[in-house]
Parts: sequence; C-alpha cells; structure tokens
Amino acid sequence: MSTISDDIVTSSNGLGYTSASATHPETMVKPPAAPSTGEDTIEIRLEFGGGLHLLFSSKPKHAIRLPRFVPGSSSAQPTNMRYLVKWMKENLLSEREEMFGDGDGVRPGILVLVNDADWELEGELEYELRDRDEIVFISTLHGG
Amino acid sequence: MPPTPCSLCHTARALVKRPKTGQQVCKDCFFEVFETEVHNTIVEGQGIFSRGERVAIGASGGKDSTVLAHVLSVLNKRYDYGLDLYLLSIDEGITGYRDDSLETVKQNQVEYGLPLKILSYSELYGWTMDKIVEQVGRRNNCTFCGVFRRQALDRGAAQLGVDHIVTGHNADDIAETVLMNIMRGDIARLGRCTAVTTQSEDTIKRSKPFKYAYEKEIVMYAYFKKLTYFSTECIYSPDAYRGHARVFLKDLEAIRPSAIIDIIHSGESFVLEQSVQKGMKAMQTCLRCGYISSNDLCKACALLEGLEAGLDRSALRQTQDSGTAAPEGYRTIPKYERYGSYSQPAAPTEGIEKAVQAIEIR
Repeated sequence: MSTISDDIVTSSNGLGYTSASATHPETMVKPPAAPSTGEDTIEIRLEFGGGLHLLFSSKPKHAIRLPRFVPGSSSAQPTNMRYLVKWMKENLLSEREEMFGDGDGVRPGILVLVNDADWELEGELEYELRDRDEIVFISTLHGG
Repeated sequence: MPPTPCSLCHTARALVKRPKTGQQVCKDCFFEVFETEVHNTIVEGQGIFSRGERVAIGASGGKDSTVLAHVLSVLNKRYDYGLDLYLLSIDEGITGYRDDSLETVKQNQVEYGLPLKILSYSELYGWTMDKIVEQVGRRNNCTFCGVFRRQALDRGAAQLGVDHIVTGHNADDIAETVLMNIMRGDIARLGRCTAVTTQSEDTIKRSKPFKYAYEKEIVMYAYFKKLTYFSTECIYSPDAYRGHARVFLKDLEAIRPSAIIDIIHSGESFVLEQSVQKGMKAMQTCLRCGYISSNDLCKACALLEGLEAGLDRSALRQTQDSGTAAPEGYRTIPKYERYGSYSQPAAPTEGIEKAVQAIEIR
C-alpha cells in the first residue's frame, strides 16, 4: 500500500498536552524504593496522554525501574503488564485511582501502547515487559 | 509474542487492532483505511458537500476537531472536493480551560493554513461562562453553555458566510446520544441524532463526517500523526448524565467492540410514524432575535433574560412566551440573519452588535 504524503507538518507529541500545561514535562522521576540497577531490574519508560498525566503528579513522562521477575512469585514469573499496572497504582498514581484502574487492569476508555503498538495485539495484561520498553497510556474519556 | 503482520499489506508490523472490524493493521494501512472510511461517509448517497462550498470546521482544540481539520484538509486535496475550509471556534469564557485550548486552535490555524474565526460568548451575549457560573452555580450551567454554543456556532458561521458547519462528533458520541435520547424518551431528537447531515429551514447545514469513526481510532490517528491538540476537562460540573452513558458505552465496547456501531444502527432504524410527527411542535423564528425556535422566544433569549433579571435557577424554568421586547436595560442578542452581517454595509451600531461586527477573520 502506498504512503500518501499530506504536506502537513506538526511538531507535536500527539498526546494532547503541551509542555506549558504540564509541570516538569521532561523530568524523570525516580521510583520510590528503587531497587539498585543491575541484572535484577528493568527500566520502563511511561508516558501519559489525553489528560491522564494529571493523575500522575502532572508529569507526562516517567522512567521507572521494576524487578525483572514478579516479587514473591514462586516460579519466577517475568514482570508483566499486570504487575506494572498494580505497581503504578501503588507507587505512581497521585490521585483518583478509579479514573485509572479497573480490577486488575485499566479502566475501559484508556488506550495502552507497548512500544507504539496497541496492547490488544501484545497480550494486554499478560505482556511480559523487557528492559527499556516504552508504555503509553492515553485517556479517551475527556470530551473532544 | 511474535509481531503480527498487517492483515491488509501482509508486510509491515500490525500496530492497531481496529475495534470496528477486529482487523490488525500497520500504521500506513491504518491511515489509509481511516481516511478512506471518512471519505466514504462524505460521498455516500448524494454526498454531504457540493463543489465550491464554504465549510466551517467547529474547532475546539480537542482531539476530535483537530483530527477532523487534518483529515478534511487531506481529503479536500486528495479527492479534489473543491471546498473552502475555515476554522470556527467558540470562546465560552472559561478561564484555565478554553483559553488554553484556543491557543491550540491558533496553532492548528498555522499548521493547516486555514483561516480562523473566534466568536466569544461575551461578545455575543455579554456574559462569559465564568460570570454565568458565578450567578447560577455549577449545577445547571451546562444548559446555558449548550444552548449558547449551538447558537454561537450558527452565528459565527453566518458571519463567515459559510454554507455548512462540520463538527467532530464521532461514533462514540453519537451512540451515547442515542442512548440518552432513549433514556429520556426524546423521540424527536432520537429521530435526527443519527443523521450525517441535518438542515432545517433557515439554519445552516450541519454534518458529522466522523459519524462512523471510533474514538479509539481518532486518538490513535492523532498519536501516530503527532497532531497538536489539547486534552482537558471542563472545570465546571461535567455533563453528568452523558458521563454515565459514556462509561456504560465503554464497558459495552470492552465486551463487544461492535456495540457502538450497533447502537448507531439501532438509532437509524427508529422511524417516527406520521401521526407522531404531526403532533410535534412546528418550528418558527424567535420573535426577539430571529433565531430558529419552537416557541415565541428561543432558548438563548429566554436564558439571557433570566440572567439579566438576576434570576438564577428559575431561568431554566422560564416559559418561553414572554413579550417580544426585552425589558428596559436588558442586554439582548443581535438579530440573527443568515448572511446579514456578512454582506450588509457597516452601519453605526452600539454595544454587543458593534463588538460582533468588529470580529475579523484572523
């Protein structure tokens, strides 16, 4: 299929926020109780769009470190999206949990991208995270 | 999981799962099918546009209207619709909300090279939403905002001399509206809320080219194209009724993604019997401002009179049959004329009318 050029150039992130509207847009926050770097942890980059950053200390971008395996899992379960979402609710979410989480997962109406791919193609909560994965959460619940 | 190949081109990696069809498509094929489906909505049947039409895009700075401005600019070129496109924004006067999103619209104006016109509540009605909320409180202010916005769009369009207003209402919005109209028993609105184009005598044609576009795909499109939009929530009380319909719809979509298109189809399938249609109120024009109305006074004039009288919530219960003339000293809405202020020579006027006439296409 041919790519069609449409001659419209923008310099935006396509996530519905501007740096002016978000405090410290580029700040990388250190996670609380970050494990020491090394082979036992992986680095995950998070970005929030569609106004979701307001639930995460108004910071659209976060870099976090997670254990490579789910702590306490008997048979070395690799860290997956289910663990990430749980971790985010416990460590990163600053307000209104019900606007983000729903059961084990995220609220319907929040889109999730794993390295720019729709997480519905990647196994959703079962997706096993790799070092330096980029996860984007975009809320569609606001008006347009 | 190994990368899934695109189910259309079979070469590139699939990045989107389309909610409507379940198809797994790559980025380029996604752009192609999304744009082509909007084009199909536009040209289906008689088509919603005619060549040479002047079309205003109702632009809020949010994702839907931004993607609409982008896609219409692309399609107008690609399929040579021959349209004159404009951006039309309404400034409700909500500090910390609309002022930010209007900055985004101004950026879109530059990016798409489309003329932009901004019409404000304060210019048109003499009241900003901030002042209205101060007077009526947070509970009912959405009624004012909704009634005032609808008229403001028509009046802004009349001043631009456009033939047609397009809005970014998407499939999710329309399915929500179908549900809300069913729950309220609003037969008249149920009958027309699924139409791609609506036009009654004396009003400017309105269309929804995104009628079949899922919100998810609009957000994905904006993200992959890196479009400039602004996402925020109105700082005043959200439309709670719609909010419930929205959450319900999202829950249904999570179980069965076709639910949204199915609900739209249900809405389209309702047909009113002639006897029911006859029983409905005939439309007339507002005796005070000339805007289309089902009563002697249109809703905006009735609400404005209530505000001017200092009535708070009782303004909502105002019977719309007050006298033609507004009480002495009250602000009123300028006379609505389809192409009036566009073609008339500038006459010396006062107050709000002067302000409205002074607005230029920026």
